[in-house]
Amino acid sequence: MKYLTEYRNLADTKKYLSLIEKTVTRPWNIMEICGGQTHGLVRNGILDLLPEKVRMIHGPGCPVCVTPLNLIDKAIELLENGVIVCSFGDMIRVPGSKKSLLEAKSNGGDLRILYSPIEAVKIAKENPTKEVVFFAVGFETTAPANALSVLHAEHEGLGNYSILVSHVLVPPAMEAILDDELCNIDAFLGAGHVCAIMGFEEYYPLAKKYKIPIVITGFEPVDLVHGIYLAVCQLEKGVHEVKNQYTRVVKPEGNKVAKEVIRKIFEVGNREWRGIGEIPNSGYQIREAYKKYDAETKFGISHMKAPENSDCIAGEILRGIKKPNQCSQFGKKCTPYNPLGAPMVSSEGACAAYYHFSNN
Amino acid sequence: MDDSELGFDTINLGHGSGGKMTRDLLDKLIFKTFSNPFIDQKHDGSVVKIDGEIAISTDSFVVSPIFFKGGNIGELAINGTVNDVAMCGAIPKYLSLAFIIEEGLKIVEFREIIQSIKAAADRSRVLIITGDTKVVERGKGDKIFINTTGFGEVHAKAKISTGRIGIGDKIIVNGYIAQHGMAIMSEREGLAFESDIVSDTTNVNFLVKDLLDTFGDKIHFFRDPTRGGVASVLSEIATDTNKGIAIFEDQIPLEKQVAAACEILGLDPLYVANEGVFITIVEAEIADHVILLMRKDEKGRNAVCIGEVTVDHPAKVVMHSSIGGKRIVSALIGEQLPRIC
Repeated sequence: MKYLTEYRNLADTKKYLSLIEKTVTRPWNIMEICGGQTHGLVRNGILDLLPEKVRMIHGPGCPVCVTPLNLIDKAIELLENGVIVCSFGDMIRVPGSKKSLLEAKSNGGDLRILYSPIEAVKIAKENPTKEVVFFAVGFETTAPANALSVLHAEHEGLGNYSILVSHVLVPPAMEAILDDELCNIDAFLGAGHVCAIMGFEEYYPLAKKYKIPIVITGFEPVDLVHGIYLAVCQLEKGVHEVKNQYTRVVKPEGNKVAKEVIRKIFEVGNREWRGIGEIPNSGYQIREAYKKYDAETKFGISHMKAPENSDCIAGEILRGIKKPNQCSQFGKKCTPYNPLGAPMVSSEGACAAYYHFSNN
Repeated sequence: MDDSELGFDTINLGHGSGGKMTRDLLDKLIFKTFSNPFIDQKHDGSVVKIDGEIAISTDSFVVSPIFFKGGNIGELAINGTVNDVAMCGAIPKYLSLAFIIEEGLKIVEFREIIQSIKAAADRSRVLIITGDTKVVERGKGDKIFINTTGFGEVHAKAKISTGRIGIGDKIIVNGYIAQHGMAIMSEREGLAFESDIVSDTTNVNFLVKDLLDTFGDKIHFFRDPTRGGVASVLSEIATDTNKGIAIFEDQIPLEKQVAAACEILGLDPLYVANEGVFITIVEAEIADHVILLMRKDEKGRNAVCIGEVTVDHPAKVVMHSSIGGKRIVSALIGEQLPRIC
């Protein structure tokens, strides 16, 4: 497959691995932001191929993992009250405070698994007597499509469509991680697909303020080892720049059309991150002009709260302070069969990646 | 006969009552189609002869949608059970056939399913010797569910069991994986995408017989990786035998469109369901000959060795990735869920 096979080849992977080996002189901690990158590293067995001095720390970039418990409870509440809830697939098995969406579905809830929020608008049109809510989860990557669904609903004049928003933003999360006194990150691999939408201009001030190299990186094995190599080069030279490894997809300014759609529907606001807590200006919320498409306002459920499971150390995992196998519950009380926290469920979650693919 | 002769367009509760309507449906559609000396007795069951050891396998089919590119639920119900019997190292001979129909199923659809069943049974040279038809209220089923039980004669040379899987054995698959699952996926609500991916549902009993005729007990194991895919089957074998299994990403046979569809939907083809695909584990010395024989058959055209049984990492399946890394392949947990981004 074009654009895939050439980034999954042995020769190029080996070339970058050997360059990393030759360049690295002392230990470095590099955080890959995105859960897709964590999965790529573990799935392809890259962690074991890297020199010991290069230690990868898995970041908070799994949208499923950072969606707060109370949002899942809210989606379940809607489902149990006759609303058709539409969701991306990997959200449905994540445990809420009492159950998951999947369990609520087996109790009779009308839950639809979709690939695109535009499908949810179609469902709203076909079911005029029912309320339809799309569970709008994700980073900047999924925001344009979710925003576009609101514009489609407006265009169709649909009064029965709304979105339950839990959009989070990458740069504020990076800043929160760097501000943490336990932070030991020396460089970041930036999330390639987030930057495909947003560009990477907002990373320059971050790199400068925290003196930290940021390499915008793709997801295939060659991308990952190339990105790591570019980070190690900077670390060894003592420089801290923003570099773009994922040039075939990411432009400095991002996708202007997508950004405009986001800006029309959403504005930046404070957001709670599961396991991390509230981070100022770290997410999107629906603008006043489009509030009637905001499920929390529409159904009066914004007050719902939910406590986290105290056995789960997802917060430390997501901030890169601990690795999944350092959790006392890992593979014991917490497995994908019976997950205590989201990182064990999502295909992008660090705990699930370790459980499925790794010897550790 | 056209459907007007039946006097109804849809199946209703009366057809499962056991009374005249049931008899009409059976006579005009089922007994007529499957006529053979056993079913013609119209008795509650059949008495048949089988030589030697008997292999028995049962399976229920609940696929949705019931018609998909490359087949329908009826064909699947025959091929699935025929293959399961063959996987025991047996030659499938007879099948039972039971329907649970949701009222409202259109007769044209039912007839098409029956005809596919007949064609598939003929292709596999198995006879349908007993059956059952029940009708449930609307909402209590999903159009039609089918259960089939297969009976076969164990091949005289066959010695198939997990206990015979040994270190160094080669793991061979008869062709492209993940096709059936992706064909079904491409037609499900909310996931619809355009593709020419066609289900590869087919019977493999004759190929299995050829292999047993030629290689006998040097073939240690057969298994068809239906639900849960190749990964789940191999993972079960590793656990059951407490031996390691190494597979090589480069060797996994994957058709281009299927690979692309899995990529787009974020699904791992190793976990996608198959029909018409089987894995055989054989002594290393015959592996090349097995592949050659399989490739002569239409149903083994793309046969390839995907891995081997190892002393290392007992009870675990390890995939050697195409970039030289390794990872554990575990059994599928729940349904494979599409990713957010």
